[in-house]
Amino acid sequence: MEPTRTRVRRHPVPSAAPGGADDAVVEVVELVKRYPGLPAPAVDRVSFEVRRGEVFGLLGPNGAGKTTTVGILTTLVRPTAGMARVGGIDVRTDPMRVRGLVAVVPQRNNLDRSLSIRQNLLFHAAYHGVPAAERAERAARLLEQFGLADRADDKPDFFSGGQSQRVMIARALMHSPLVLFLDEPTTGLDPAARLFVWDRLRELRDSGVTLVLTTHDMDEAAALADRVGIMDHGRLLALDTPEALTRSLPGSRTLDLTTDDGTDRVPEVLDALQTLPGVERVERVVPESPRGPGGGAGGDGAGRGRLRLRLYVSGDAPALVAPAAAVLDRCGLELSEVGIGVPSLEDVFIHLTGRALR
Amino acid sequence: MSRVTRAPAAAGPRLEGAGPAHAFVAVLWRDLYVTFKEFYAFLAQVILQPLFLLFVFGKILTSLGYATHAYAQLLFPGIMALTVVVTAIQAMAFPLVAEFGWTREIEDRLLAPMPTGLVAVEKVVFAALRAITATLLMIPIGIGVLGSIPWRWSGVPLLVAVVLLGALVGAGIGLLLGTLVQPNRINIVFSLVFTPLLFTGASQYPWPSLADLRWFQVITAMNPMTYVSEGLRAALVPRIPHIDAWICVVVLIAWTAALIVAGARGFYRRAIA
Repeated sequence: MEPTRTRVRRHPVPSAAPGGADDAVVEVVELVKRYPGLPAPAVDRVSFEVRRGEVFGLLGPNGAGKTTTVGILTTLVRPTAGMARVGGIDVRTDPMRVRGLVAVVPQRNNLDRSLSIRQNLLFHAAYHGVPAAERAERAARLLEQFGLADRADDKPDFFSGGQSQRVMIARALMHSPLVLFLDEPTTGLDPAARLFVWDRLRELRDSGVTLVLTTHDMDEAAALADRVGIMDHGRLLALDTPEALTRSLPGSRTLDLTTDDGTDRVPEVLDALQTLPGVERVERVVPESPRGPGGGAGGDGAGRGRLRLRLYVSGDAPALVAPAAAVLDRCGLELSEVGIGVPSLEDVFIHLTGRALR
Repeated sequence: MSRVTRAPAAAGPRLEGAGPAHAFVAVLWRDLYVTFKEFYAFLAQVILQPLFLLFVFGKILTSLGYATHAYAQLLFPGIMALTVVVTAIQAMAFPLVAEFGWTREIEDRLLAPMPTGLVAVEKVVFAALRAITATLLMIPIGIGVLGSIPWRWSGVPLLVAVVLLGALVGAGIGLLLGTLVQPNRINIVFSLVFTPLLFTGASQYPWPSLADLRWFQVITAMNPMTYVSEGLRAALVPRIPHIDAWICVVVLIAWTAALIVAGARGFYRRAIA
């Protein structure tokens, strides 16, 4: 597990006075989306607010409902129930005006392949009514900022994933949106491209743009977001700053233990480890996988397979390795892997769902 | 890398001037711009098929003595009809399937500050413009290939009306196909639709002459293109027996309305989840 990064967090937006309702640029109340033919709702009574100038992250595995939530807020998905407003305007009653306020960087490349990169930016601005002179000046500036100036007149056909992503972010900024929605902005990018996108997003945050991003990557959420909403199966399970979320976990360190066997003896092992001094809580970590129709029980064919446990520890984590190994030994299990870390957003997700994010 | 220099978002989106009309014009301009940029590709795409049909049926067969000059005269309006309908379908359906299916290009336009229906209307207008351009180009091509074409100045108002309706009917068919057909089915559906459409549209024969072939006459009566072909014959070669012009116009208006309504519904379903 990776330690949580220490980072200097920006001060809260100065105007975030108590009860500053007009400070919320995105308001979502009891939002529900059901797709016809699917038993479970894709979004299930989700409520949150995004404040002006904030970076808001929706964290969760694929299929958690993040993209659908963003789809509703950007007017291309119709909500089944509940309320969603952007800039005070209801997405259901006045989608046209909401479209003028939002910009979207989708998961999949949707650049206009018949146009050059620069023209992609210029036409986008034209759709949004940006005057011609301003369009050209803005496009030049954004192309420069996103490192695209030398390829501005190329068509996007042969662009890499990272380049396309940069073009889509630049395009989205052409009409100075009130809120920029980014759906999995760095999924599938190589590490360098990912860092480049992160840097640009931090710059945008520092310049006061409100960002809403979805991600299944806890590092990304921790690195960029002021507040993180954790979603799973359409529900918003928790919502707070990354620090507060990780603080909410018991213990100050985590100790991961893996054995090659023993999935048939989980309760026994959990109880035994729980009695060790300094152990606040023990959880089993189940790798992310689609839930079987029967729910939790199935999956581990006849007790074979790796068992991964996470101990939330208040004291000295390394000192607990030997006693924990002894406990496992008494249960007839052999310790095969050990990891020590600081609780991260992934632990929050595990804590809330019992499953790993990836 | 330069740092961000843009104005803070607090300056707010300055969008009060941007209405749906503005967005509509910009989206239409995008389509026209792409067409102008690839104008030769556009010409080749829309002209080759009618050019060859006209050349083989109107020129080769008549000079070989298998067909008469009179046939070439009744063929010309039929080829115009075929050009306007087929060009409109192609200008509509192919890009639509691609944009909804794999390029997702349409998303940026669906997110423009305009009602979703207006994006569909823009597509219809653009496809119709392309089809009308292609059809007008058939006039000089017809003169070049056939030596002369049937022409009646008094028939021009009817010709304009029928070409316009033919373009809209074609765009409507394209809208319906483009939004109903799944991308992986496009090849099969298009071959199943195009070939019958091409040959049951009274393009190569006047409809009343099918009186002795009743079953085929009934089939052709169900193809909207038939009314474009017959309407254009009424405009250009009225001495050849044809369906009354007013019937053609009324049927075409009905077809246009039905296809656009059904197509717009399909469009909305694809655009908004």
